Amino acid sequence: MILATTAQVRDLLRAVRTIAMVGASANPLRPSFTVFSYLRRQPEYEVTPINPRLERIDAIPAFPTLKAYAGACGVPDVVDVFRRPSELVSVVNEAIAVGVPAIWFQYGVVNDDATALADAAGMAVVVDRCMKVEHARFCGGLSTSGLNSGVITSRRRS
Amino acid sequence: MQNEREFGFSTRALHAGTPPDPATGARAMPIYQTAAYVFGSTEQAAELFALRSYGHIYSRISNPTVAAFEERIASLEGGLGAIACSSGLAAQLCTVLSLAQAGDHLVCAQTVYGGTVTQLSVTVKRMGIETAFLPPDGFDAIRAAIGPSTRLLFVETIGNPSGVVADLRALATIAHDAGIPLVVDNTFATPFLCRPIEHGADIVLHSATKFINGHGTAIGGVLVEAGTFPWRGGRFPLLSQPSPGYHQKVFTETFGEYAFLMRARAEVLRDIGAQMSPMDAWLHLLGLETLPLRMERHVRNAAAIVAFLEASPDVAWVRPPQLGSIFTFGLRGGRDAARQFIDALELWSHLANVGDSKSLVIHPASTTHSQLSNEELLRAGVEPESIRLSVGLEDPDDLIWDLRNAMRAAASG
Repeated sequence: MILATTAQVRDLLRAVRTIAMVGASANPLRPSFTVFSYLRRQPEYEVTPINPRLERIDAIPAFPTLKAYAGACGVPDVVDVFRRPSELVSVVNEAIAVGVPAIWFQYGVVNDDATALADAAGMAVVVDRCMKVEHARFCGGLSTSGLNSGVITSRRRS
Repeated sequence: MQNEREFGFSTRALHAGTPPDPATGARAMPIYQTAAYVFGSTEQAAELFALRSYGHIYSRISNPTVAAFEERIASLEGGLGAIACSSGLAAQLCTVLSLAQAGDHLVCAQTVYGGTVTQLSVTVKRMGIETAFLPPDGFDAIRAAIGPSTRLLFVETIGNPSGVVADLRALATIAHDAGIPLVVDNTFATPFLCRPIEHGADIVLHSATKFINGHGTAIGGVLVEAGTFPWRGGRFPLLSQPSPGYHQKVFTETFGEYAFLMRARAEVLRDIGAQMSPMDAWLHLLGLETLPLRMERHVRNAAAIVAFLEASPDVAWVRPPQLGSIFTFGLRGGRDAARQFIDALELWSHLANVGDSKSLVIHPASTTHSQLSNEELLRAGVEPESIRLSVGLEDPDDLIWDLRNAMRAAASG
């Protein structure tokens, strides 16, 4: 199922705990490092880098493949993908083999075949959105930057 | 629990950007009158400076009260986000410098506010950015003027003071066909009467001093971005190339649809230092709460004043507002009668502003547009005898009483 609305995306972010980040980088200039740094500091998440060329990022051990991660830690709740569009079909196939329930393609990480494949396999799919931005939308982060969170409420945030 | 409801305009004018204060539960937005914010740790400080986490560092870049105003106006305009500045001209400069640098080129409607013409044709030109000024309905000329180094097309929803309403949809198509954004100053219409993003605009600017504030209590400006323009293409190297102003970050890669807003804030607003103050943001927020009520009454009162002027034998011509409550008219006695008329007014305030709840009057040729040559004045739609009215919220009968008395005084010389 492709999650198109902000509420669907929010519900996914509230439901997940373990995040496997495929293509996470240790280079501070890369967007994936920015998102990794943000998510790993959120107390509700456990974020693990998946990258065969890295041993760790910020002292957090990396796994070479999704399969290796699943073997050691169990199936992740969601896979967050930072890879070239041409490699996404193989990422999805690996996620299907492991039995991942949800996959998230970041900004510009778009391949229609990969999206359709994940959707057909029954995964929850988010396309061309940023996990950091969508998380910040509902915990006040976007609002600190003058961004339109879409949140209207007279309840106090706990 | 947030649902998918699309809240209406008046609800958002009251609530967007201001959930109860998370720190205290205060229902009204507190004025966070502080220059800086204590970091939780050296690690958190580093993450904030690297733009890897959200939060406030220093009020030149962001402030909670200012951010609440930004989010509210972004919601009302239907945009992705907003950046508040110290004035409308500051918001305009912030927009220009976020997209253009020396050697670049802009195309601008020639019917815009005189201060905009001066900023672009003198100050921005000295930075090496040239601007072509053209009639906003001259579509072929606009198309021809857009070259490979053109970075934006700029127009006002309602020309000041000409009152001409621009064809935003047609201009958006021209801009997008050429690969550049349409930037629209929506000050005179406000998002209550027109939301340019719904007609294809990419960036919307306001002088918040006018109807947004509504009470003439503070200067302010704001830019709103739609979030749909494809900044990733090669046309905007300031956004899509490594930035020497921010750790060689590539804004389009790191921030996706937020690239323009992030660069405009983290680099341009940071460097020009033209931020909005928390106190002023609070006044603009308060003004927005009553914007829908005020705009309805502004428009209704303007119609009553137009009907009076059109029936008056001393009036040579009236250019009624196509939209809004600001318009011009001329007296049969010409320029001299205009000055005598303004000097005789008792209730209308003679000052250089518009969009106040109080009714305002001015003679543009000798004031707001006095930096323009005669030729530029005519191109901007300003006759020597033009009197500009900004119709406020008083009882229309009282406004008409004052106009009638002043016309008598002008006629008797």
